[in-house]
Order: sequence, then structure tokens, then C-alpha cells
Amino acid sequence: MSLNKEMTAADVVAQLRDGMTIGIGGWGPRRKPMSLVREILRSDLKDLTVVGYGGPDMGMLCAAGKVKKLIYGFVSLDFIPLEPFFRKAREAAQIEAMELDEGQLHWGLRAAAMRLPFLPTRVGLATDQLTKVNPDLRTVTSPYADGEVLLAMPAIKLDVALLHLHTADRLGNTRLYAPDPFFDELFARAADRVYVSCEELVDRIASDEADAQSNPFERSLVTGVVAARGGAHPTSNVAVVAKGGSYGWDAAHLKRYCAAADEDGGWARYAEEFINGGEAAYQQAVGGLDAIVTLPRQVF
Amino acid sequence: MASTEFTLAELLICACADVWRDEGEVLATGIGIIPRIAQGLAKLTHSPGLMITDGEAFLVEEPVVIGAKNHDGRSYAGYMPYSRVFEALWHGRRHALVGPVQVDRWGQANISCIGEFSKPKRQMLGLRGFPGNSINHTNSMFVPNHGPRVFVEKEVDLVCSVGYRKERWPQGVKNDYMRIHHIVTDLCVMDFGGPDHAIRVVSLHPGVSFEQVEAATGFPLIQAPDMGETTHPTAEQLAIIRQLDPRDVRSKQLKDNPPGIRQPA
Repeated sequence: MSLNKEMTAADVVAQLRDGMTIGIGGWGPRRKPMSLVREILRSDLKDLTVVGYGGPDMGMLCAAGKVKKLIYGFVSLDFIPLEPFFRKAREAAQIEAMELDEGQLHWGLRAAAMRLPFLPTRVGLATDQLTKVNPDLRTVTSPYADGEVLLAMPAIKLDVALLHLHTADRLGNTRLYAPDPFFDELFARAADRVYVSCEELVDRIASDEADAQSNPFERSLVTGVVAARGGAHPTSNVAVVAKGGSYGWDAAHLKRYCAAADEDGGWARYAEEFINGGEAAYQQAVGGLDAIVTLPRQVF
Repeated sequence: MASTEFTLAELLICACADVWRDEGEVLATGIGIIPRIAQGLAKLTHSPGLMITDGEAFLVEEPVVIGAKNHDGRSYAGYMPYSRVFEALWHGRRHALVGPVQVDRWGQANISCIGEFSKPKRQMLGLRGFPGNSINHTNSMFVPNHGPRVFVEKEVDLVCSVGYRKERWPQGVKNDYMRIHHIVTDLCVMDFGGPDHAIRVVSLHPGVSFEQVEAATGFPLIQAPDMGETTHPTAEQLAIIRQLDPRDVRSKQLKDNPPGIRQPA
């Protein structure tokens, strides 16, 4: 087969447009496609709707003024419970916010993945979500004898999903060896186009059956693959097997980044020091690739 | 045998562990250090059927030690990634011990924001899992700073988790699966056993009076008929707590690490 889906981060960002809805995989400070996010930060893109279980990806995009609307289950760095740039954007009412229960977000992505307009759930009923948080949400009544009233969680359709995985080949076959795959599969299915950055890009993955079970979704969903060793930094990219690369998140760097939220002009200085010079300069500025990929895994 | 030497944190760990007594084979999820030690204590004492995780994506039958430096020696009984957490919690066999920022007389809780949602005075954690947890399975709450800013006079600023306020449950909305079991605070243990699920004090921590709890609460409280003193930790419980938390992380959870038996105010 002559398929070759290899791209650069710049190629990916060149295919994005103002106003798009972009889903980002991972979870908080875990397995975010940060090298792709940094490429967006360097671009002129604006008015994005960003969807995900947010971490520094959402915080940085807010700080850089790229975001019109966030659709989120949370925006957290885990050991720093609230993302400070997200907090600033919310408290200044700079962004539209569709705040969801974590399970509702997966349900909305699943509805989109199944090409349904909505999926029913009890989650959100009897709270303030339908009144104060998301007044556009509607309920639906069961057509069966029970007559139960349920929330109709609308499909969260994505123009693009950005994911960071361990291994990919040029056909778009992938491997994900994380302790928890989170909802990357649903992001992929909910999106018209999926761009995967990876620690290791090979010509052809040809593995045994056990390894093939670590394939999170089929290659037909994948539009492009980007080689990005260390690309999740400063978030983690843990593997539970001795392949695909494995590293923890960079707590010191994340603290440095968060401290910038308390300084006047802090984001501009952070961007100047780390982002604006390109990915190679980024990796040098944070201590080099060897330092990134040997960051110890966090223990809980 | 009850011990005379224990800290308030250790008393609270034992009181928190008790929320899972007689709950059977449920997924126990304690958020924060004291609830996490408590779930391990419950599992190693009165509730061996509890399912707990390693704090990440795997089920363990031996609770993991707080503050471990590496994964050495861990063994896993099962798998519990977030996709399965959602499946399990929507299915109902879970009992979470959560830490709300505001709680009202109906047991409704807020962790999302203070002020108007559209432009919050203070953005907090967001809804997180509160809507889904609260309508699908049993929850208890841990409040280490019992005061009128937590236990508010009126309704919480933003109802994130469901409670027993009738007006919130219109015709057709099913409340069969929700249950708020206990609230453990630094002053007392409460439940919802009063008329129409009104909050009652079921036990006072050593040295705390009912009047003191009332003064720290924004809504009226009831005394349970058999209200007594919160059970002191036993020597066995304290030994297990030390084993689960060998670096004494628990001592840093409450300001000044107060003793378990406080002098009456």
C-alpha cells in the first residue's frame, strides 16, 4: 500500500481554520499533543472551540487568545487542581464556557461518534446545569411505559481531533500503551479529521496479537501522523510496557508556567522564552529531549 | 481497644472509613489524602469487599501506600480506566467520598464556581463528576473545615450534585438511585435521617458541643436520638493507618495537626 500519512506539525496547523471545533485527547496533565498545541500557539488561528478533559493545552490556548469557546469536563493540572490561565479567562468572562460533567462529555462525544443527534442520560438532572450553566440543554421523555424524563446530551461533533500516542506507522496504524487510554477513541470517531502525534513513527507496524490489542482505533480514522518524540511535554506520556517511550509530567516546568499567570505580561514572557522559537528551541529551553523522555513517572 | 493518643486527622480517617461499612462490593473512591487512607482502612478492617484503585487505572486488593516513591511491589487485581469508571458509576455500584466547597440543607453541593456562572467571582473546579456521581450512586462528603461558608444558609451558589430538595425533582425525573449517606467534618458526623431527609448530627467529635456545630452551620440541625461521641480509633486501626501512610502525610492535612481529643471550647 502506498499510503503515506506522515506530516509535520506545521502541515497539520496549515489545515486548520479560524472558528473550527478542535477536540484534544489526553486528560489534564496527561498525554496531551502539546507539540501540536504549541504549533497552534505560533499560528494566526483564532476563534477556536476547544473540546476536552483540559490541562495546559486549554490554559495555553486561552492565554494566547485562541479560544472563543471551551467545552470541558474540567481544566486541571491534577497536582495543581485548577489551571490558572483557564481560571483567569473564566473570571474575566473572556471565553464562552460549556462546562460539563466528565461523563457527559464522553456521552456527547459518543453521540457524535455514532452519528446520533443526542444520547439520553440522567446526568445533569436536578442540578443547576440546565438553568445556569447550559440553558440550551433539553430533556426528552421516554416513549415507553416508564415515561422517564432524561437529559438529551447533544452530540459534540469535532472538525478535528488532535491526539498524542506512543507509536504510529505511515499508514495511520497506531499503538497506545498508556495505563489509561482515556477517551482518545471517541475524540477520533467524533472528528472529521484526526491528527496523531507520536513518540515513534515507523514505516509499518507489524506486531503480535497482544501488541495489536493496544491499537486504540482503526487507521481509516487517521488523517495525518506526526513524529514528535517528547511531544507531550510538559504533560506525561506513560507506557506500561517497555516500548513506545514513557515519561512523567514535568512538575517543575508546569509550576513555572503556572507562576506566569500571576505576573503582569507573564504569558508573553513564557511564550517568548519557550514557545515562539519553534519546537527544537522549546526542547532545548526545557533541558533537552533526553531530559524530557527520562522524566520519572508520577506515583499515586 | 480504644487508644487515648490519636490526632484529629486519625479520628477523621476512622470516621470516613465508616461511611463504607456494610456497603458490600462497591467501588470506593475517596478524593484527597484523608478519604484515600480511609478507604484503605475500611477495606483492611470491616469492609474487605470494597474495590479500590491504585489512584490511577488499576484495581488493587492491597491498598497502595500513600507517598510511595515508585511502583515496586505493586500487584493488580483488575483494570479500572476512566471509561470503566463511568460505566461502573452509571451502573451504580460505587460509593464516593467527595470534598464539596459548599453544601446546603438539602445535601446539594457546589464545587464549580462562586458567584454567577457567566462571570464567576471565583472559578473553582467545575462540575467535574458531581452531577453524574450524585444521581447514579451513593455519596458521602468530607468537610475538614466545618463552617457557615461551607454549610450555607440558602441554596449553594451552583447546584453541582443533587440533593433532597423536592422542587428539583419534577414529575418523571427519577431519584431512585441517589443517596447521600454521611457527612464527616472536623466537628462531627452527620446523616440525612431527619424528617424529609433533614440533616442530623449523629456523633460529635471529642470535645465538641452540639451548640458549637450549630454555630458553625448556616441552617438548622437536628440531634439524632442516640447522638454520642464519635468512636475513638482503636490501636489496631492506628497501626493500619501508620502502615497505609508511613510518611505521615496525614499530619499535614489539617492546620496545626490538632489532637483527636480537643479541650471543650
